[in-house]
Amino acid sequence: MNEILNQPIPWYVAGVLIGLTLPVLLIIGNKTFGVSSSFRHMCAAVLPNRFSYFNYDWKKEGGWNLKLISGIVIGGFIASLFTPEEYIVNISPETIAHLKSIGITSFNGLVPEEIFSISGLLNPAVFGLLAFGGFLIGFGTRYAGGCTSGHAITGLATLQRASLIAVIGFFIGGLLTTYFILPHILG
Amino acid sequence: MRFILTGILFGFVLVKSEVVSWFRIQEMFLFDSIHMYGVIGLAVVVGFISTQLIKILKIKDINGKEISIKGKDNSSSIRYIVGGTFFGFGWALIGACPGPLYALVGSGYFIFMIPLIAAIGGAGVYGMIQNKIPH
Repeated sequence: MNEILNQPIPWYVAGVLIGLTLPVLLIIGNKTFGVSSSFRHMCAAVLPNRFSYFNYDWKKEGGWNLKLISGIVIGGFIASLFTPEEYIVNISPETIAHLKSIGITSFNGLVPEEIFSISGLLNPAVFGLLAFGGFLIGFGTRYAGGCTSGHAITGLATLQRASLIAVIGFFIGGLLTTYFILPHILG
Repeated sequence: MRFILTGILFGFVLVKSEVVSWFRIQEMFLFDSIHMYGVIGLAVVVGFISTQLIKILKIKDINGKEISIKGKDNSSSIRYIVGGTFFGFGWALIGACPGPLYALVGSGYFIFMIPLIAAIGGAGVYGMIQNKIPH
């Protein structure tokens, strides 16, 4: 059993399961799938409501969403129990070659140690990358009104023009970062 | 409880399919593999078919209410292209979008608390300046 659970889930199974999240949430609670609104609900819980963006009943509107993200954390924990210690993501040789050329040397685990380790934090550039990147994720998704789940999956699946534009934006930012910004920071 | 269970399954799949991996996100933006496009593309197809079925068959939610899908405001474009580009920068830098940020923290990659807290802060700043930026 563990043998099987330790294997990665292939993309065609993951795609179907993630896609099914959309009808499941609609049927179990009439909720439209999206993750980034959780950031707003958490802000609404702590920030003064003189800002109209945070002036709503976050428990009523966002309670389900905060339960969903709590579940995601738990799901991540359960998945980690079935992830072998020596784990290598089977990315393409071209990607490995590119990443090596920009200074990535560690390919063990889900993320590179150069950027994502506690010792990396001693490097101000790494801390800056983590904080600034995170800030852009929160600011950008709320400005655009959705992230990968809300726009790229839910929005495209329900043929929203806005979501197509947002996804184009995701790729403009992502491609610029991968081809120009990351090589500059890491190199 | 039902939302937590849905989240658990979603988070589990995100990690086990390596969608949470910074390496996979770089591979996607380098167009070196079908992996991420397959996951997202298939999710869109499954989402499209299932929401169409819900509409055509007039499927009700478990409380017997008519299902309504919240649409996006399609009247303008600026917020989507600009906000989307900001998010794209963050997505490629951190190698994770919001769902994977939570899943990674759950998986024991506690370093992702930094981008997660920063993301919540980013949403806070957006809410404070919302009226001053173009939409």
